[in-house]
Amino acid sequence: MKEDDSVLVMGEDVGPKGGVFLATEKLTAEFGEERCFDTPLSEDGIVGVGVGMAMNGMKPVCEIQFQDFIFPAFDQIVSEAAKIRYRSGGQYTVPMVIRTPYGGGIKGGLYHSQSGEAYFAHTPGLKVVIPSTPYDAKGLLIASINDPDPVLFMEPKALYRAFREDVPDGVYEVELSKTRNVTEGGDVAVFCYGAMVPVCADAAKRIKDSRNKDVRVVDLRTLMPLDEESVLQAARDCGRVVIVHEAPRFCGYGAELSALIAERAIESIEAPIKRVAGFDTPFPNTLENYYMPDARRVLDAIEEVLDF
Amino acid sequence: MRVVEPKGVTVRKAMREDGTALLKAFKGVEPDSNDLLAIHRAMLTTRLMDERMMKLQRQGRVGFVGSSMGQEGAIHASAQVFGASDWIFSALREGGVTLQRGMSMNDYVAHMFGNAEDTAKGRQMPNHFQCKEANFPSWSSVLGTQMPHAVGVAMAMQRRGEKNVVAAYTGDGATSTSGFHSAMNFAGVYKAPVVFLVIDNGWAISLPSAKQTASKSYADKAVAYGMPGFNVDGMDVFAVFDAVEEARQRALAGEGPSLLNLRCYRQGGHSSSDDPTRYRNEEEVEYWAKRDPLARFENYLFKHDLLKDAALEQMNHTLTEQIKDAVDHAETVGPPPLESLVEDVYDSPPHHLRRQVADALRIVAEKGDVDRLVGKFPL
Repeated sequence: MKEDDSVLVMGEDVGPKGGVFLATEKLTAEFGEERCFDTPLSEDGIVGVGVGMAMNGMKPVCEIQFQDFIFPAFDQIVSEAAKIRYRSGGQYTVPMVIRTPYGGGIKGGLYHSQSGEAYFAHTPGLKVVIPSTPYDAKGLLIASINDPDPVLFMEPKALYRAFREDVPDGVYEVELSKTRNVTEGGDVAVFCYGAMVPVCADAAKRIKDSRNKDVRVVDLRTLMPLDEESVLQAARDCGRVVIVHEAPRFCGYGAELSALIAERAIESIEAPIKRVAGFDTPFPNTLENYYMPDARRVLDAIEEVLDF
Repeated sequence: MRVVEPKGVTVRKAMREDGTALLKAFKGVEPDSNDLLAIHRAMLTTRLMDERMMKLQRQGRVGFVGSSMGQEGAIHASAQVFGASDWIFSALREGGVTLQRGMSMNDYVAHMFGNAEDTAKGRQMPNHFQCKEANFPSWSSVLGTQMPHAVGVAMAMQRRGEKNVVAAYTGDGATSTSGFHSAMNFAGVYKAPVVFLVIDNGWAISLPSAKQTASKSYADKAVAYGMPGFNVDGMDVFAVFDAVEEARQRALAGEGPSLLNLRCYRQGGHSSSDDPTRYRNEEEVEYWAKRDPLARFENYLFKHDLLKDAALEQMNHTLTEQIKDAVDHAETVGPPPLESLVEDVYDSPPHHLRRQVADALRIVAEKGDVDRLVGKFPL
């Protein structure tokens, strides 16, 4: 916001309160109400007004308080933000970011826990970005703000207070549509993102300890457009693939990854592609820990593809 | 039956019903003669263009047409108020405003054909006009969604201290959408410089206004959002111009948005695919046809020597020729190239889109050009 006057922040409780997770803390005090302001409780208004601002020279960063509440804005995101460049033949563009906390792990039940990335990754014209570390959160967010297209920036809320990491001062970008290898390895490729990244890293460590196998944990970081070449390379190098996400399995993001690998790297695949996912149920409250994939379940899948 | 001024609803008027003179009681702002003639030219152009497009549709030469017939006064008298740096957000029937704001007929007709010269590269179905130079983005077909955009554009103007406003057009049906509600609410809270214009033609496809809302009129909705709302006789060019000018001045003065409900009538069907005789009666259609905004306005212009018979005839002839030339030209232009299918999804096509279009080109090369779609065209 210091670098670019056109960047502004809007959403429910993002002003003096600093957002329910304090992600926008002190921005109103530093930049004033013109640059960081509270909006009425209206998700389609927040995104719709943000679209208009973006069409007219601003770079709005809109917050949807919980991804579970994004659906009133689904129309504005899917029908408008994602399609305006295309339907105008490139004459109008929507350089905006929609930040939203997503995922389980806070005992939030059905409506404070969901992972809806597949709905959005299915939308041409929209970019979907999910960080898993503080360094990436800052670098990917800056890259998203500077991107000329609309970006849905999904923040795994389970990781907000999970661990600390030093982050460089000043402005830096982490390039969109580039995966990151969390661990190196050639025995099994594990694809994941968001709060599943530390879970998968934990499972990789356990299989190293128990069977001396090297797992390549790949943090996708951008779901759309996907870094397909890195995904295919990891699948070819390892020959065995596990895909992990919190979201329900059926038509989940893992289905696309699995199909991609089957279509373009089948000759290298030595075991069925396994998915570890949430159940095909709404998100439960009390049994949350069973619903969310944990290192145990990821380990089980890794063993299964190794033993095939 | 729908009438101009229902019981219990106050409707702003300026002209006598026959168009011969202004009402003595009218004390509003009058357009000067340049504005009057510009409004007339825009109305006539839209009328002639719609007639021509509807014929082309019946011949299967364009796919879809949504005519503005009966609404030209509301549309073009309101649009005349806005300056070149103001923005206009439209719905289905305000496309003629692009021509009023300087777009060429070739561009207009290219869009109807969706050919390679369409500024939108043939991406949208017909009747979704845009003109960047005129600050006129296209609507999406999804009703009401353009209204929050209008507010966002206005809030960006506010932040840069620009002295401009945004016109947000919508039909009467879209007043029931969440987009209408969100836009009105945000505009009220932030005093955004927006003029909301409901082109209330009485029918949302087959649903009459009486079943669209329990409010006495759409203007009543303004109360809930803390802004003034007025009903205006949308068949009356002078009443429309005056009310819109007042709303625009209010927005420019930083006093916030207004809602104007321009009461008019959709003389034709909803679109080229609709048969209105299935749901509305002829008596109502005749009642409104007698109040046709173009005929009424021309009466005024004749009476006040602003227009002569011969000049009108000449204008008709010239516009008809220009439209014909634009259509003839459009039919010589081919479709956009297949490669363009993956452009403008993002700033530049990612790998997966480049691969998809390369594959499509390969199949054309190996298997020949595309098969015709199964099904009837036009609908």
